[in-house]
Amino acid sequence: MIRFAWLQFRMQAAVAAGALGVIAVVLAVTGPTLVHLYNTSVANCAAYGNCAAATTAFVSNDHLLQDLGNLLIALPALVGMFWGAPLMARELETRTEQLVWTQSITRSRWILAKLGLIGLASAAASGLLSLMLTWWSHPFDRVNMNKFTSVFDQRDIVPIGYAAFAFALGVTAGALIRRTLPAMASTLVAFVAVRLVFTHLVRPHLITPVRVVTALNATSGMTFNETNNGPLTLIGAKPGAWVNSAQVANKAGHLVSGVFLDHGACLQSRAARACIGQLREALVYQPASRYWAFQWYETAIFLALAFVLGGFCVWWVRSRLA
Amino acid sequence: MTTVIETMALTKRYGHKWALRECTLSIPKGNVVGLVGPNGAGKTTLLHLAVGLLAPTSGSITVLGGRPGDGPAQLAKVGFVAQDTPTYAGLSIAKHLRMGAYLNPKWDRGLAQGRIDQLGLDPRQKAGSLSGGQRAQLALTIAIAKRPELLVLDEPVASLDPLSRREFLQGLMEIVAKYGVSVVLSSHLIADLERVCDSLVVLVASQVQLAGEVTELLATHHRLTGPRRDPRSLPSDQTVIEESHTDKQSTFLVRTDKAILDPRWSVKPVTLEDLVLAYMAARPPSSERDARARLGLVS
Repeated sequence: MIRFAWLQFRMQAAVAAGALGVIAVVLAVTGPTLVHLYNTSVANCAAYGNCAAATTAFVSNDHLLQDLGNLLIALPALVGMFWGAPLMARELETRTEQLVWTQSITRSRWILAKLGLIGLASAAASGLLSLMLTWWSHPFDRVNMNKFTSVFDQRDIVPIGYAAFAFALGVTAGALIRRTLPAMASTLVAFVAVRLVFTHLVRPHLITPVRVVTALNATSGMTFNETNNGPLTLIGAKPGAWVNSAQVANKAGHLVSGVFLDHGACLQSRAARACIGQLREALVYQPASRYWAFQWYETAIFLALAFVLGGFCVWWVRSRLA
Repeated sequence: MTTVIETMALTKRYGHKWALRECTLSIPKGNVVGLVGPNGAGKTTLLHLAVGLLAPTSGSITVLGGRPGDGPAQLAKVGFVAQDTPTYAGLSIAKHLRMGAYLNPKWDRGLAQGRIDQLGLDPRQKAGSLSGGQRAQLALTIAIAKRPELLVLDEPVASLDPLSRREFLQGLMEIVAKYGVSVVLSSHLIADLERVCDSLVVLVASQVQLAGEVTELLATHHRLTGPRRDPRSLPSDQTVIEESHTDKQSTFLVRTDKAILDPRWSVKPVTLEDLVLAYMAARPPSSERDARARLGLVS
């Protein structure tokens, strides 16, 4: 059955492999240039004392990174819509399931071969793109030091879990809805919804964050931020960490606002350094060392969801569609 | 084992909708059996149950001694050509044959290739660009090249033009002659069935109204025309299937094993079409057991 599944899938596989190949060539050509640029500007900027300018100049080369990052975000959804949703829906729509399910092969074998082959291809395509992008973007990630936050879902292994899940979601939608286009649309909506819910409501709770109150240590790249005269917060307080909240407090532990700095004549005084010494930072964060734990947890959860949906599809094909 | 398909109170229900209700029938082995009936009689449901595409809600069905769709061995024994002969539009004929080879252990490559050559089809042509008749031939080729013991065809010629229809049925008859496969074929075109079928099963509202060999059915049914008379006055061995009366004259379609001796009757043979239509229009049998007994199906 695998051979027949491959016979039907190889055209789509070739298209995907071709696209990945083109991206691989582009990245392979531009990657070393990027590393060279990093080594000659950011890496030794301290010697010239122009780190801010060098960093800004270097980071401005990231257009391709943003495009590919968006592609990597979109890829699982595309896989779910174009490989997953039609898998069952098109068979039922064109009634070819009556042809293939009456060959000398059980429909369990049929669905398992289909899910296995195309599911694996989905995970592989997404994983390969992520691998290439992670390798290519490492100079940027070193400069930005925020792999844990804004680009968490575009790096390393989580895209594998997303793609496997999106594929299984597409197959499930196709089996339940039985029509290709509505199944594709539903797959997109459901996938985006699950990703958003997971990112905002589940991921922050995977591991209990660390809460600390420490002396305010100025770190390069750290800035104050204040909205609507509210408490003063810090940006870039923990390089590489995923900071949930970083607020400025006084010695008594009360949060302070920008007014305190401005009118308290604290920062404006000659003793600005002493002023900062009076302040504390109240941090809630996930340390940078947990990056891989989060990557593995999220990947495992999405893979587990994919297997649950896949199991449902097998059951559905065996018993519901009979 | 003398039957290819045997069902007992076979029922398929979707929610409150009955697709097939307590259907009991038995189809003998070794010939071409036509399954005929009006739309909604349950023909497609019955055939899908026989090839394992559907599972019964209740009742039982045995095909070639096994449960339909129960494992690869059972699937290999039954070939199926579905209604409107679905094929993969994006795959070429050659790839359909490769599908057959991959998915059927007893696949007869020579037979498949030979039929495609004989039909003059280009193996590189995509199934989506084939005419209805060619697609039906491709589906038949796939179904027979798996070398089944039973070939089930659901309205295979319903959507074909008369020429393609004749070619398809000719191909089917060649296959039957050459490979001795049992065939169950559903159709609402009685003329086509008459051309290819040895036996006939008439299904109306899930119930067998008539079953038997075509020659025997034709030999035991007569159309009698004569002076008007009450059907109850006919000899007890004559069962009235259909009757019509004018002021002076009566016409009966009767079934009897004996000769018609009454000289007042003008006796004419009936066509298969008349026969089938008469049974389709007749009232459903009063009880299941009675019907089975009347049709000689009680084993």
